[in-house]
Amino acid sequence: MKKFINKVDDILTESLSGFALAHNDLVSLHLDPNFLTRKQLAQNKVAIISGGGSGHEPLHAGYIGYGMLDAACPGHVFSSPTPDQMLAAAEAVHTNKGILFIVKNYAGDVMNFEMAGEMLAVGHATVLTSDDCAVINSTYTTGRRGVAGTVIVEKCVGSLAETGASLQACKALGDKVNSRTASIGVALTSCTVPAAGRPTFDIGDNELEMGVGIHGEPGRRREAMREADAIVKDMIDAILADFTSRNLGPTKNSEVLLLVNGLGATPLMELYLIYNTAAKLLVDAGLNVTRSLVGNYTTAIDMAGASITACLLDDEIKQHWDSPVHTPALRWGC
Amino acid sequence: MKTTFILSSALAIHAAIVAHEADIESLDRAIGDGDHYINIKRASEVIAGMYNELVPLPPDEVLQKIGTKLLSSIGGASGVLFASFFMEMAKVAKINGTNNKLEIAAAFAAGVQAIVQRGKATVGEKTMLDVLIPVSTTFTLSAAAGKTTAEICQALKDAADIGLESTRAMIATKGRAVGLGERGIGHLDPGAKSCQVMIHAVCNLILKD
Repeated sequence: MKKFINKVDDILTESLSGFALAHNDLVSLHLDPNFLTRKQLAQNKVAIISGGGSGHEPLHAGYIGYGMLDAACPGHVFSSPTPDQMLAAAEAVHTNKGILFIVKNYAGDVMNFEMAGEMLAVGHATVLTSDDCAVINSTYTTGRRGVAGTVIVEKCVGSLAETGASLQACKALGDKVNSRTASIGVALTSCTVPAAGRPTFDIGDNELEMGVGIHGEPGRRREAMREADAIVKDMIDAILADFTSRNLGPTKNSEVLLLVNGLGATPLMELYLIYNTAAKLLVDAGLNVTRSLVGNYTTAIDMAGASITACLLDDEIKQHWDSPVHTPALRWGC
Repeated sequence: MKTTFILSSALAIHAAIVAHEADIESLDRAIGDGDHYINIKRASEVIAGMYNELVPLPPDEVLQKIGTKLLSSIGGASGVLFASFFMEMAKVAKINGTNNKLEIAAAFAAGVQAIVQRGKATVGEKTMLDVLIPVSTTFTLSAAAGKTTAEICQALKDAADIGLESTRAMIATKGRAVGLGERGIGHLDPGAKSCQVMIHAVCNLILKD
């Protein structure tokens, strides 16, 4: 393992401190329990709080700020944060309009947020994100994982919350965006959890993992490495099949937001190459790609690989995607 | 069950987890996401480090403090599940006491039931419960049958071994391994493995006395 580390146990605190220092116009960091809030706390709106294991930067702390999150709770690397972090964050940012937790659908995150909710005296609701179509949903599993589509949910819900909308309305929009979003990831290499010190899984130079999770969990299948167009076609096919299986159409000229997300060690040059193919394939399928985002938005530490996310837009989602946002990792319109 | 026994168990568990690092880690690398050993080791270290704080307290308060500490310092699924176990065990221990085998078995069963409820999982889903539920059932039945301490400990170790081995053929329907589907067949569940290691550690401690 070759990484920028002083002491393995200090990675998280030192990284969070650097993040807070670099963005001290936007965020404040609180340690023990660890959580981050906006520098200027918002008034009279639903407080939007997210959190999850660290190692997915800029998720979630990078999305704190106007038009997105009010607070984020970072856990240890790839491990859910704890209820006391969530309660402290809630205490710091809640106003009179309730709290909305945005939680990626992983057992640890779900259970810890659930426990925090049970201990919370303030009105609250939860949006569970589950956009990863690599895991087939069924009644006998914990279901689909939440991955890069979470960024779209956080952006849209954050925008609606700024208008003073109710907790119920914010939850409804979050659930809607999630229900119209599908993602799939592919890994070319493993990631290395710093405390483990070695790659999470073995993968040959001539192999890829299709459907990989953002913690390096194995996906649908191990495949031979191929040219990019063939890999991207399989990913887009999976997303379109998922939309069809969920009766979402899509109908001709449906508008789509296309997010090509790097998993940590794949350069932008390749992400744009993926975008080029993915956009063409969606157009070939009769869709209208009218919004796009390309970059590292939900990473898996140092994994080489990428995920593709498509969100079927409607007027409401478009309005909240386009609205001004000012966070460390996402900024436009203001 | 005395406070000193709980604390000796915590030290024995910590030592056993560290001794099984390679086993647990390789299982988690195969079907998990590589952080289970780190979390379990951190948890057992934190609890072992509370020795001086806990030693003057009665057993139910010790269990409660272990639970709240796990809840606030570990994270992940294992943190909240083990926290639920200890907090529920503490509740039952406080009401009914833990003065004999039946009462201890009842408190243990309540703790396992708290994991079932929090995790919404049961036997056969390739999780820690594939070890903990059979161990708990065996504990309750053998305590009710008036078995000796040595007999009970041996029965619990056997139940843990059989439960662990049963996860090998399972397709995971809970936890991080769900995405694997049939590819997980042939691998033991890392959470079940760490529980089996803990059950052995505590039983071996009792058998040694």
